[in-house]
Amino acid sequence: MQPLSTSPHAASTPATDPAGPPIVDFQSVTKRFPATGEGAGDFVALSDVDLSIRRGSITGIIGRSGAGKSTLVRLVNGLERPTSGRVVVDGTDVAALDEKGLRAIRRSVGMIFQHFNLLSARTAYGNVALPLEIAGVPAGEIRKRILPLLDLVGLSDRSSLYPAQLSGGQKQRVGIARALATEPKVLLSDEATSALDPETTRQVLALLKQVNADLGLTVLLITHEMQVVREIASHVAVLDKGSIVEEGDTYSVFSRPAHETTRAFLEGVTGVRLPAFVTSRMESEAAAGRSAVVKVVFTGPTATDPVLAHLGRDLGIDVNILAGAVDEISGKPFGTLVVAIDREVLEPARRFIEARGLTCEVMGYVR
Amino acid sequence: MSANLLWLIAAATRDTLFMVAVSALIGVALGGPLGIFLATSRKGELFPAEAANRILGMTVNAVRSTPFIILVVAIIPFTRLVTGTSIGTAAAIVPLTIATIPFVARLVESSIREVDPGLVEAARAMGASPLQIVFKVLIPEAKPSIILAITLTVVSLIGYSAMVGAVGGGGLGDLGIRYGYQRFMPEMMLAVVVVLIALVQVVQSTGDLLSRRADKRGRKN
Repeated sequence: MQPLSTSPHAASTPATDPAGPPIVDFQSVTKRFPATGEGAGDFVALSDVDLSIRRGSITGIIGRSGAGKSTLVRLVNGLERPTSGRVVVDGTDVAALDEKGLRAIRRSVGMIFQHFNLLSARTAYGNVALPLEIAGVPAGEIRKRILPLLDLVGLSDRSSLYPAQLSGGQKQRVGIARALATEPKVLLSDEATSALDPETTRQVLALLKQVNADLGLTVLLITHEMQVVREIASHVAVLDKGSIVEEGDTYSVFSRPAHETTRAFLEGVTGVRLPAFVTSRMESEAAAGRSAVVKVVFTGPTATDPVLAHLGRDLGIDVNILAGAVDEISGKPFGTLVVAIDREVLEPARRFIEARGLTCEVMGYVR
Repeated sequence: MSANLLWLIAAATRDTLFMVAVSALIGVALGGPLGIFLATSRKGELFPAEAANRILGMTVNAVRSTPFIILVVAIIPFTRLVTGTSIGTAAAIVPLTIATIPFVARLVESSIREVDPGLVEAARAMGASPLQIVFKVLIPEAKPSIILAITLTVVSLIGYSAMVGAVGGGGLGDLGIRYGYQRFMPEMMLAVVVVLIALVQVVQSTGDLLSRRADKRGRKN
């Protein structure tokens, strides 16, 4: 692949954020795990991570397994301690707290899990009651708080059922109700939809989006599925081998991915699958008589403009559409088209397209 | 079988039940917490105490590897100290209890270790203290398995209690040896065996039932 144009993504957060100080702020956080094998060095799970999570955002942290996602999210509620650096949650450095101080913080940080982690011996109601019992809320008060929560997640009629009697999606709803019981400011989601089917995943994500909007709760979710990020995240950070390689609002990162890992993740969601008759004939050399296979990404206000039609009309360059998709990210249109353009007119075509704020990238050449 | 012999069987059954009940009760009361401690005191666990864990673990192994009949004889001075005598039903309770504690401890330890670590993590994330985790998560989640552990303990105690007959402990085992074997009364031996089998059956069925009732994992509508 030979990118003709890359626009490096501006990853910096504005100094004066209208949302106020970040709700979670990782400041040069490093986490090493002691070596397990003979002669092996320490395993560095996170190295010098700086990341600010905006208050009220849904921030997705994406990375491959082993990239350090789980460790990062567990630093927020002190389930893991950083080797160095600060993790500031709503003004408090949790890394400096002792176990007792952490318990108080943990009540303001809810968490949901990939395998739900519901107590099998308690009903849906009993599971939602658990964090309140732990916090020492009186029994009468607990009852008053649980019913609206079960209502919120749509399980009022399932409150007396045990987890084994619930479907995966229902279990995760119980998990969400449980995480919300202590009225936290942050909700941590550890691959919460990875064990669910696509339909159920959408429902659970819709619920997370709803609680984010209704309760003003910040959601910090880790996932290995770009789909999840695209669906609900307003912001995204890409974690690779313990470092944040790219971050920003989801639309910018998706439309102009700068890092290889981000591109690889995006391939599955925003990428278009080329038909086999194209891929099998594709060459990397630009020999005479070949057409360039160009990926054009439509973003922002121009995403719906008929740029290719103009290309034909204004420059007389005809393109052959090979594949395409129009999508929506964070509620904004986003399109990808793969077209074949005669090699002779590639340069003017490219300039024309880029002048209209679209990106294009030559994927290869076909005869 | 004469009324007199039936009376003997009834009295021996009562003695057996008494010995088993008291040693099971004390054994579980002391062995249960010990088992929970063994399951939660390694490095990085709820109550990290590596040294205590290792010492208690070795003690448990030592008692468990001593054959019960040897244990009975070996701790006679201690038995005498506790009960003032080394023969009789009350005296038999001491070695039975001593043998039960580590037995229960190991079974409870494994029941607790079977609880999904994810549940402990979830409780920690809610801000639970280690004790809250034990009482609200570990014990309730391990309950079906702990009930089976106690059932197994009681069944084993019924067997062990027959052995203390050898040192004048009384009960069904004692009756079987003295009448069934030494006086050569096969009908008495048969009666003792039948009563023991019945006892074990009742205990096992009750335990299975209670464990099933406590187990909500396989529950369907």
